[in-house]
Amino acid sequence: MIVQDMMNKQPVTARPETTIMETLLTLRKHRIRHLPIIVDDGSLAGIISDRDLRDASPSIFDAADHADKFERPVSEIMVRDVITAHPLDFAEDLLSIFYEHQIGCIPVLEQEKLVGVITERDMLYTLIQLTGAHQPSSHLEVKVENIAGQLADVASLIKKFKININSVLVYPSKQDDSQKILVLRIGTMNPYRIASELRQNGYDVIWPQEPEVGQ
Amino acid sequence: MKKPVFVYSDDLLRYKFNEGHPFNQLRVKLTYDLLSMSGALDDSQIVQPRMATDEELALIHDTSYIEAVKKAGDGTLKGAAAENYGLGTEDTPIFPGMHEASAWIVGATLTAADMVMEGKATYGFNASGGLHHGFRGKASGFCVYNDSAVAIAYLKKKYGARVLYIDTDAHHGDGVQWSFYEDPDACTLSIHETGRYLFPGTGNVTEKGQSDGYGYSFNLPVDAFTEDESWLELYETAVHEVASFFKPDVILSQNGADAHYYDPLTHLSVTMKSYHAIPRIAKEAADRFCGGKWIATGGGGYDIWRVVPRAWSEIWLAMNEMDLEGSLPMEWIEKWQKTAPVTLPLTWEDPPGLYKPIPRKPEIMEKNSLTLNKALHHIRDSRKKT
Ligand SMILES: [Zn+2]
Repeated sequence: MIVQDMMNKQPVTARPETTIMETLLTLRKHRIRHLPIIVDDGSLAGIISDRDLRDASPSIFDAADHADKFERPVSEIMVRDVITAHPLDFAEDLLSIFYEHQIGCIPVLEQEKLVGVITERDMLYTLIQLTGAHQPSSHLEVKVENIAGQLADVASLIKKFKININSVLVYPSKQDDSQKILVLRIGTMNPYRIASELRQNGYDVIWPQEPEVGQ
Repeated sequence: MKKPVFVYSDDLLRYKFNEGHPFNQLRVKLTYDLLSMSGALDDSQIVQPRMATDEELALIHDTSYIEAVKKAGDGTLKGAAAENYGLGTEDTPIFPGMHEASAWIVGATLTAADMVMEGKATYGFNASGGLHHGFRGKASGFCVYNDSAVAIAYLKKKYGARVLYIDTDAHHGDGVQWSFYEDPDACTLSIHETGRYLFPGTGNVTEKGQSDGYGYSFNLPVDAFTEDESWLELYETAVHEVASFFKPDVILSQNGADAHYYDPLTHLSVTMKSYHAIPRIAKEAADRFCGGKWIATGGGGYDIWRVVPRAWSEIWLAMNEMDLEGSLPMEWIEKWQKTAPVTLPLTWEDPPGLYKPIPRKPEIMEKNSLTLNKALHHIRDSRKKT
């Protein structure tokens, strides 16, 4: 998945001369935590977060003495050295940028103009979609040998049942290098028929477990 | 004198996908028989359902979907065209007359609703209903039309009622929740096994509604292997607090019986103790918060022999303020043991030691309690302020 499919294309913005007070109010009104600061031609001048504002705001005890500070332009405290992304960047790359730089929001620029923003929250939502849990489905987890063709074999068994696969994740088994774990979300309320078919074909089905109901 | 009504006719048994499909409406007949043979169901309390009209179905469902279901039932919709509507899949195979069969079930819930709202009955029960996974334009999870969602829309439109929907099926009541996700006049409360592994996957505690409907969807996802004590603690607390917060005009409860330990599709450790308590707590809430207006439906339930007939009978017994203990009628056991592939239970209660002790019990209970706090947090806060 690429950035332009995940980003917010109509971000709320401020201008360098916007006052700190107005910036604070804008963040609060839209319940957001980051505001890109742009100039007339749409290019990015900086970014400000609720945390930057909190650090810069005088404490409430001496608010009266420092009231004028709220009237200062946001350009005085905004971050100018901003990490940005391009609409065609990959989701995976952005994830590691969020992780390494511990930031919450990345402006997206195309030909130096702001075209969107992407937040950590947007990334999380993308991950939820990748796990397939937002569409009616059941969890199916199969341990397979770490050799070519295993996923295709499992998928073709599922196809026989005319069941849609909503997502597939593959990761190495923690215990054993020669094994991999396939985690699928499949569009059925009754994954047991597939599970028993897989078992009959020699697969190690981790979930669903066989019902151990006393008769 | 006004009494509860039991909506029933053989038309409600037409909803049948194929032999071997886990969803089997024979359980409605088994419930009916068990109650009759227990002397708890008087003929005068049985009312005939009607079939829901297309206009009524369209309160929730897209017209194109209703047309697709009709065509599928006539055998003129197949392949990818059907699958786009969730029809002809593993979960909701096509069967002849599927539109009519599904519309009868919706009509039965509407019949129960009318009887209660017009004051002709104290409470109304449609055991064949509770098909909570049906979506506006798509069949899902064994459900074609969503009788619960249609009934809520119908209660709102015809009676201007604010409806509290309480769903104790082991699966999240997704179809109903999404139908009213932005609606502050329909409040949905669903307690279910976590969707981490189980169908449909949604029903997270953070799903609370959207825009005007924010704060009117409640979700209590519990851990696999949850037992009666924890299940009932969450259910009772939530029903009480949500009803006193929302102040409904009527309660519609969906009573899936698939949270039982025996149920083959889920992983909870709930027993008949919960199925005795659930409808009594719902009735108490209705009596206290909305002048006793309570409509109940069935729902999921895939151990149709050992679990569902007893569990759904308890709903009817609760409505009639009756309590039955000890032996089930021999007549019922003798009639059905011949057909049942399992040994039928002999008593209303489950025997002690139904399952092996759950090793992680304290952790599961603790986690579920935290979930309860998260689910009710926003109404507890607002209550303090006022
Ligand atoms: Zn269910």
